[in-house]
Amino acid sequence: MKKEKVLISGNEAIAQGAIDAGCNFYAGYPITPQNEIIAYMSKHMAVSGGVSIQAESELAAINMVYGASAAGARSMTSSSSPGISLKQEGISYIAGAQLPAVIVNIMRGGPGLGNIAPSQADYFQATRGGGHGDYRLIVLAPASVQEAYGLTRLSFDLADKYRIPVMILGDGILGQMMEPVELASKIKTIPQKSWALSGCRGRKPNIVKSFFLREGALEEFNKTLQKNHEIISKNEIRFEGINLSGAKVALVAYGTMARIAKNAVVKLRSNGKKVGLIRLISLWPFPKSAFNSKDKKLKYLTIEMSAGQMVEDVRLAVNGRNPVEFLGRSGGGVPTEEEIINKVKKLL
Amino acid sequence: MAKLFTRTESLYDLPTHYCPGCGHGIAHRLIAEVVDELDIREKTIGIAPVGCAVVDYDYWNFDCSEAAHGRALAVATGIKRVRPDNIVFTYQGDGDLAAIGTNETIHAANRGENLSVVFINNAVYGMTGGQMAPTTLLGQKTSTSIEGRKKEKHGFPLKISEMLALLPGVCYIERVSFYSPAEVLKAKRAIKLAFENQINNLGFSLVEILSPCPTYWGLNPKEALDWIRDIMQKEFPLGRIK
Repeated sequence: MKKEKVLISGNEAIAQGAIDAGCNFYAGYPITPQNEIIAYMSKHMAVSGGVSIQAESELAAINMVYGASAAGARSMTSSSSPGISLKQEGISYIAGAQLPAVIVNIMRGGPGLGNIAPSQADYFQATRGGGHGDYRLIVLAPASVQEAYGLTRLSFDLADKYRIPVMILGDGILGQMMEPVELASKIKTIPQKSWALSGCRGRKPNIVKSFFLREGALEEFNKTLQKNHEIISKNEIRFEGINLSGAKVALVAYGTMARIAKNAVVKLRSNGKKVGLIRLISLWPFPKSAFNSKDKKLKYLTIEMSAGQMVEDVRLAVNGRNPVEFLGRSGGGVPTEEEIINKVKKLL
Repeated sequence: MAKLFTRTESLYDLPTHYCPGCGHGIAHRLIAEVVDELDIREKTIGIAPVGCAVVDYDYWNFDCSEAAHGRALAVATGIKRVRPDNIVFTYQGDGDLAAIGTNETIHAANRGENLSVVFINNAVYGMTGGQMAPTTLLGQKTSTSIEGRKKEKHGFPLKISEMLALLPGVCYIERVSFYSPAEVLKAKRAIKLAFENQINNLGFSLVEILSPCPTYWGLNPKEALDWIRDIMQKEFPLGRIK
């Protein structure tokens, strides 16, 4: 029997993906273009038996998530770029206390108040940790509404498995556009966490903390974080290769930009041009292994809705073996199919 | 033979890291005694502040979490909403609760979160070396008000408890003091009531304690207690505010 599909926006798919993953705590603060998430959670969490709070600020929202995660919940907050900047304090504490949490950033133009147009200019912030200290987040970038649903579900499992914050990094187009989505069934039970705060009945007290004052203690602790990062870097690489065999130019893109790039690839291929696409899904860990082509003549063309951020990671991965070109627009501009095709033709 | 007193189970038997004459040790003990007397140790979750008392969980024998400076009541909200059957309290200083965390404080109170707050007002930032706090008195010298706090330059001591008392979500607010053993006993009764209110689902309760910081008041421990009684209590009068 064919499974039923629902027509929902990317923001709604993220919210439903969270609920179906057993998310039982959400806190957020309104900001465009992700307001459908807080509205959806407000409406549906009550039905699903979870808690949804409209917090007084982004700071309060992320710290409520910290508390709920410390108490063993599957918890999430969402925002858009300026709001994510405010959350960075809390994200650093969540990473430092080894708490699982899911943070959604539906990016808009910046810096400052910027605009409400789609953007990918928070790549550096997302993939470098974003707040103070030596830590990373797992960062996943969906390119369709279906994938927004699926990756949000996955992010709760990864957060719990590795006790690390996971970020869903989308943009205003992905958040707002509607597509048919096949939903999976809601998980029945969320994992029990022996380290969580629940009252110390029958055990020694649990302490959730990120403060290590004794000499050498923080360095020792940070080594355990780095070890975790290494394991994640081995296990959680995600990318998709499209039409790469025999390609002379490989486009590199993620999220909405990868959708547009894919259309360009289809058109170029139909005209006999040897072009492929590396679509990155995990932005951290960065899929370095996607760039190990033996063909020294292959050119990479990184396309971003930014002035050039991910292209730095592509250059690090390529390590001088191949040329790496860049096409990007900033401040809410979106590189068009035509712009991509013209750029590729110059490279071929 | 009847036992009149035993070791407080909620308090570990440890030497203190606090300065001589500091009020934190007293406050830690009072909370531990209240938790024992209410028989809630196994369901209590404490939120530590940022400041001198950041490691209060080293003294308490129950579950605890740290919170970022000022965010204790947001963290407590997250915990309590997920675990409404646990008893959740925050322990916060004046800078934490009434400066960097004013927003979280007001909104948790206004939502009527069913939480208990122990608010240590010692009119100074202790851990960072004695800077001016929101509750520093006019004329009081600190490292950032070296000629004494001036209203023209620094504004007035913030009476956050009186402000919070205006909010309908707030159930109970009382200001107490550590200047004498009799006042310490009153403080314990107030803390106990704040916890009982939570057990009875009555909403947001806060106990403000005027607590000595001899080190950054430049006084010896006895003088610090006298200063609370003679000077500080004039600005921050004791008693039930709501």
